[in-house]
Order: sequence, then structure tokens, then C-alpha cells
Amino acid sequence: MATKTSARVRVPPKAKKDEIIEVKTLVSHEMESGVRKDASGKIVPRDIINTFTAAFNGAVVFEADWFPSISANPYQAFFFKAKESGEFTFTWKDDNGQETTAKAKLEVA
Amino acid sequence: MTLFEQAHSRREALRVAAIAAAVVALTPRLAFAKPEEVKAEIDKLYGAREMTTGKLKLDMPEIAENGLVVPINIEVESPMTEADYVKSVSVFAEGNPFPRVLTYRFTPACGRAAASLRMRLAQTQNVIAVAETSTGQLYTARSEVKVTIGGCGG
Repeated sequence: MATKTSARVRVPPKAKKDEIIEVKTLVSHEMESGVRKDASGKIVPRDIINTFTAAFNGAVVFEADWFPSISANPYQAFFFKAKESGEFTFTWKDDNGQETTAKAKLEVA
Repeated sequence: MTLFEQAHSRREALRVAAIAAAVVALTPRLAFAKPEEVKAEIDKLYGAREMTTGKLKLDMPEIAENGLVVPINIEVESPMTEADYVKSVSVFAEGNPFPRVLTYRFTPACGRAAASLRMRLAQTQNVIAVAETSTGQLYTARSEVKVTIGGCGG
């Protein structure tokens, strides 16, 4: 990848106990499908983020396996039931083994 | 040019056009997944088990102007407790180069078995979702999306 992968995450900073919050994530990645040809007619090798993992206080809460049909710069939203204060860790892994991580804190009142 | 020759050349032109149209229509087909391949993938992942409709909602636009970014919303009706929650949801595309699109693994900590993202659609096609609960129930849903400009490149 030519550019450095960067991730953005939106989590409400505070939630009530048992409140279900929406977590929104966005990561920059070309998601090269492996079927596209470059100007010289050669197939551009596949390079996609194949796994996205969201963990809260170390425990995995949501996981996604992605295939080449996922759009470039993948957006992923999902839900989480707030129980206790803590920290999310988000991890994106691509075909070349490159890992991108992001963190977000959640305070439960 | 006699009338016969005119008619003949027009017929020839039509024939060439018909062949060209057939080639154009057939060539991309070869590279795309087919409904049978999607079915084979579903059987491989979930087994050829009975599926019910209704509890799984697959929300997609009817018409997608840009096949590169088509929003997709998935929601499964579930209490999301330790005893009964949605374990996984997979999405398949009948008209993309690869039948599998994604697989989600949910946990009771999610509170709601719902997720959304954006996907590529190479052409007008059916998108199919399958959900499996921790109790072994399978749900399915499908959505037909008309694509104005296809994604996926190639």
C-alpha cells in the first residue's frame, strides 16, 4: 500500500448501564479486489483487510471476515451493550499482514 | 447496389451486431459467481439445513447508482442473551466475482445483532444473507439490487 492506513472510530464517550450504543468505525484501505487490471493489462494482486476485530477490556465482542466485495475504505458499524467502563480496541488485518489498531474509551455511569 | 445486396448487407450487419452483443453479454458472466455457487457456499458454511424468513432483515437500496459503495444494513431479531443470541451472519452476492461478501460473529455483549457497512456490486443481482443463532436456528433474507454503474473493476 502506498499510503499509511489510518482509522477513525466514533463511540459515545458516556453511556448508562445496559444502554445499547452504536459503534462506528472507518479505516482507509484500497481493498484491492484482485480482479482489477492496471493500465498495462496486468491483474493487480489482491490486498484487502480480511478481518476486523472489536474487543472491550480484552474480550472480543464483535468480529467480521471481509471478502473482496467490501468497498474501499471500509466503514463498519455495530452495537454494544454498555455494562462497565473500559476501553475498546479495534484491529484491522490485511492480506499483507499489516495491522491497524485504534482505541476508544467508554465511561459507564 | 441491388435491393438484394442491400438486404443482404443489412442482414450481415445485424448478424455481426448480434454476435458482438452475445459476446459482450457472455464474457463478463464467466467471471462472476452464480446462484449455484452461492448455494454451495451456504451449504458449506451452514450445512443444507432448513431456513426460515422473517427474523433476519437485509436492508439495501432497490436501486444503487454507484455499485462501488452500496449501503447494507443487517438486523436479526434476537434477545441476545447468553442462552439465545445470534452467533453469525454471512452475506453472499450472486453476481460478483466471488460469492462470499462477509461473515460477522456476534456475541451477547453486542446487545443487538445488527451491523451496517458498504459493499461493491458488479451488476444488478440478488444479495443473500444467512444468520445462525446459538440455538441452531437458521434465518435467511434476500434483496434484489439494481445497479446503474457496476463496481469491482475489471
